[in-house]
Amino acid sequence: MRKALEGSQAIALTVALCRPQVVAAYPITPQTHIVENIAKLVADGKMDCELVSVESEFSAASLVLGAACAGSRTYTASASQGILLMSEVLYNIAGLRIPMVMTCANRALSAPLSIWNDQQDSMAVRDAGWIQLYCANNQEAVDTTIQAYRIAEATELPVMVCMDGFTLTHTLEPIDIPEQAMVDAYLPPFNFARALDPANPISIGTLVSPDHYPEARHSHHHALLDAADEIIAADADWQQLSGRSAGGLLSVSGPDDARIGILTLGSIVGTLSDASDLYTDLPATKLINLRAFRPFPVDALRFACSGLTDLIVLERALSPGFGGIVAAEVHAALAGMQDVPRIHSFAVGLGGRDIPLEIYRTLHRKIDAAEPGPFSIIDVERDRLPVEDHGI
Amino acid sequence: MSTNTQSISVDSLVKLRKNQPRFEGIESGHRACLGCGEALAARLVTEAAGPDVMIANATGCLEIFTTPWPESSWRLPWIHSLFENTGAIAAGMEAALKAQGKPTKVLAFGGDGGTFDIGFQALSGMLERGHNVLYVCFDNEAYMNTGIQRSSSTPHAAMTTTSPPGSDRMGKRHLKKDILSIVAAHHIPYAATTSVAYPSDLRKKIRRAMEIEGPTFIQIHSPCPLGWGHEGDFSIKVARLAVQTGLFPVIELERQELIGSMPIRHPRPVTDYLRQQGRFRHLFNKHDARAIEELAHIQALADHNIKQYDLCGDGVDRLDSDGADTVRRGGMRWA
Repeated sequence: MRKALEGSQAIALTVALCRPQVVAAYPITPQTHIVENIAKLVADGKMDCELVSVESEFSAASLVLGAACAGSRTYTASASQGILLMSEVLYNIAGLRIPMVMTCANRALSAPLSIWNDQQDSMAVRDAGWIQLYCANNQEAVDTTIQAYRIAEATELPVMVCMDGFTLTHTLEPIDIPEQAMVDAYLPPFNFARALDPANPISIGTLVSPDHYPEARHSHHHALLDAADEIIAADADWQQLSGRSAGGLLSVSGPDDARIGILTLGSIVGTLSDASDLYTDLPATKLINLRAFRPFPVDALRFACSGLTDLIVLERALSPGFGGIVAAEVHAALAGMQDVPRIHSFAVGLGGRDIPLEIYRTLHRKIDAAEPGPFSIIDVERDRLPVEDHGI
Repeated sequence: MSTNTQSISVDSLVKLRKNQPRFEGIESGHRACLGCGEALAARLVTEAAGPDVMIANATGCLEIFTTPWPESSWRLPWIHSLFENTGAIAAGMEAALKAQGKPTKVLAFGGDGGTFDIGFQALSGMLERGHNVLYVCFDNEAYMNTGIQRSSSTPHAAMTTTSPPGSDRMGKRHLKKDILSIVAAHHIPYAATTSVAYPSDLRKKIRRAMEIEGPTFIQIHSPCPLGWGHEGDFSIKVARLAVQTGLFPVIELERQELIGSMPIRHPRPVTDYLRQQGRFRHLFNKHDARAIEELAHIQALADHNIKQYDLCGDGVDRLDSDGADTVRRGGMRWA
């Protein structure tokens, strides 16, 4: 049934439908509404779980790790500084191959301090070994959260569901929250093969010498690559039940014969989609919504980019001293392809800078040049730079 | 007592023997150093706790020497995650078991570095939230796993690789952190110290903590021959001297209130303890006025403990701690 819900409220209701037994979290803007809504569901007897309000994000991640190893389905959510604080645990969870789901309410990193949206936080932990799925809107976030549990438990990998802070978490939209029976039919009870059990004691997290470490990394890397199939299958099965796809590894909209493509992640997809309807005078453009950033969908991306002459990669993070993080990976993925499109790399909307519809026209203007320019932060206002930086 | 002994039948003796701890949670064949106090303490803890437990183990010697993949010494479900999150891992395991309605008790194991220092926040959170976890701190008074660096548990004036004595320093400049008082200040039901030199006291305290629903904490003084600078076969002797001098008071606190202390009838001078260990060697240079001053300082610390915890006691019921470990006829133990 479609209801007008705030993104965070919808996520809380969805998490409840997935029946986690242990939820642990520490408050951080813009994740707070998710956890507050879960706390209210628990207080009202509408959600049966151990909700632990811990003393830090570091302990939130650690607590759900302990709980998962003891055999319980778990949930946590965080953002920004919280993601960085728990980063050591995030690597540990993935390396131990513990299935769990967390929401990252994407937010910029300090310094300078900003509570507003960009995706630098989840990008900073892209190599932690988690599956990362980015959501374009709140319905996708709801459907992705449910799918994430299935993917995590089938692959024994943790899944981070990334949704833009404020833009999605604090926005009211009509959202279809599925029935409990549908989720139950889709998501069997958690049964972790390596759960700790006094009747069958095992040791988890042992010291591994150079004789075995590379093999552990090899297995982990291939588990992530193989997870692509499960991400596709989980979405297809959910579509069968609910009638909705959340976009598989990536989704493409716009005319098939378009020569220009824009690839992006998260809520910018909606902005660009509206803009393409509005600016009909501009050349036909394909929109590529990259849902799975880890595993990185090389083949799907090559397929989506075939026939393009220009591909604009628009992202809400950067690697200072290099440039676009996603763009770099797109470059690598398309290298060696016949007729590789010219790749234009831009960051936009950092620290919550509003992304207006006009961005669409600006992007089209930028690609007129014969060769792609260097990476840039597209919405920098030069007169707001410190005087000494005016020349750069 | 004599009447009791006579009334015990052969049957009940068999039963008594069966009730003696036989279960060992940690197997021999691990890679601890000769005379490792921590290895012995861990064996005693798991014996007393029994098989229906799960362990969260902090990074440290105990984790390293018991689990070189693909081998493990543990006969118990065991997880090592990181150095500083053991309190939170244990809390998560407990929350999961609670949600599943299972009675298995969660144990958390950490060294002094993982407990006093880097894992302190997670421990504090676990205690404050009242998780049903028994946290055991194996206290060997420095970061031994990384090669003997000072921790906040290292005693005053001790030499470590990061608190070396020299022309301008006499070992660690600061005091050993009073972790027990800090832990007890969380108003937890039970917090105690014990020593690997007193196995019956150690087992008794573990069993007591096991029966309590809620967070409990036991600090076990565990010598490290390598780090303390004594022979491996001196570990028990050295640990015993720490108690007998008053430098390591063996006490029990319930909701922050002192309810028991292991008495010392005739306290030994601290030099009896310090002289056994290379880490205090610099305190025995007769020509160094600073050494004499430090020895007086350490004696004052022991005297303070003796007074604060009433370790000398009085009256006929106060036993010498030398007898504290003996099982008397009829199976009665000290305390």
